[in-house]
Amino acid sequence: MISEKEIWDALYDVKDPEIPKISVVDMGIITGVKVSEKDFVNISMTPTFAGCPAVNVMRSDIEKRISLMPVSGVNVDVNYDVQWNSNMITEKGRELLKDSLFALPPVHNGFVSIEMLTNIECPLCHSKNTKLQTPFGPTQCRAIHYCNNCFQAFEQFKPV
Amino acid sequence: MKQLTEIQTKALKDLICRIADDELILGHRNSEWTALVPILEEDIAFSSMAQDKIGHSLALYQLLNKLGEPDPDAIAFTRKEKDFKCCHLVEYPIGDYDFSLMRHFLFDKSEAIRFDLLSRSSFEDLANIAKKFRGELKYHTMHADTWLVQLGNATEESKARMQSALNQCFPLALGIFEPGEYDEVLSSENIFPGEKVLQGMWLDSIKIILDSANLSIPDIDTSDRSYGGRKGYHTEYLKPLLDEMTEVYSIDPNAEW
Ligand SMILES: [Zn+2]
Repeated sequence: MISEKEIWDALYDVKDPEIPKISVVDMGIITGVKVSEKDFVNISMTPTFAGCPAVNVMRSDIEKRISLMPVSGVNVDVNYDVQWNSNMITEKGRELLKDSLFALPPVHNGFVSIEMLTNIECPLCHSKNTKLQTPFGPTQCRAIHYCNNCFQAFEQFKPV
Repeated sequence: MKQLTEIQTKALKDLICRIADDELILGHRNSEWTALVPILEEDIAFSSMAQDKIGHSLALYQLLNKLGEPDPDAIAFTRKEKDFKCCHLVEYPIGDYDFSLMRHFLFDKSEAIRFDLLSRSSFEDLANIAKKFRGELKYHTMHADTWLVQLGNATEESKARMQSALNQCFPLALGIFEPGEYDEVLSSENIFPGEKVLQGMWLDSIKIILDSANLSIPDIDTSDRSYGGRKGYHTEYLKPLLDEMTEVYSIDPNAEW
């Protein structure tokens, strides 16, 4: 019988199409893995944002990846039983975001305020002399900032 | 899912349908701003918020599906106009930017409070969704508050335009809180405290921002209330929008995307 750990390990191969370095596990969006007696796999997944267009791509990538394993079948259920927040990105995920030149979302206690979006450290020159341009970036999970030190715009993964 | 009585199910479906239809229709309206907004950041903001709204409506239609209704696409794209339960505020064309901004402010304030209340709902599936959505809504209300205060305090013209947009939107916004047939069931079952409670909290919350924006709230007692949407009576603007939204779907309802 295949173990849940083996499934988790395989899920590291499935990446977020919007940030191809990061796996769905490190994004923190996999909220449950259950293997039944007959090797049927049930996976729970929760979107970073309700309208995230990448959800269906990731769901089908997960199905494809798990189908390569000795399982009798796989079902990916997208639900809100556990609600995603930016604290759920793993340590490794945060490292990879940094590598991809994103500013990180501050870890919070469940309450997000506008102050969390001000004077964010520039991922290029590490200055904090930066300004929030708009909390709405090219995808729902990103905000855009401008660095007054190196005169570059940069993106931040939004705290939610 | 806990066993629901027939009346509870009806009440829940009615509530969810109102919220989902508001989100779907306003999401579509806001997306009409894509490529038209006066500045690039606002273009992205409106598109992004529209995407959130349409995402919310999808999750809510999925919940309706779980409660025995057809699948989300069928609910969104095959119902008749009279089966929609959205309020009149969301149906109006985008108008000038001041109108859309004021609508966004008034509506999203109500929505943020609604989801906060629903996050404590006895109906767990709805509470879970609400907990997620209220976090997303925070960015929408932050956005609206900032612009309101800025434009209310900028020039004579911007202030006058915002005041006139408020005067136009206010009676429409009161339609958000049109009393429903099931308000009593919803509150006695601790599903949702009701539109009246929501309206009271909303008035307090918009007042804080409107005061800092130096705009005056129209007198609620002498304001018309644009009721009817929750019962299927809509403005002349909804039908053409639905026709446009469903045009592609109707060509081949079984097409795979
Ligand atoms: Zn810099």
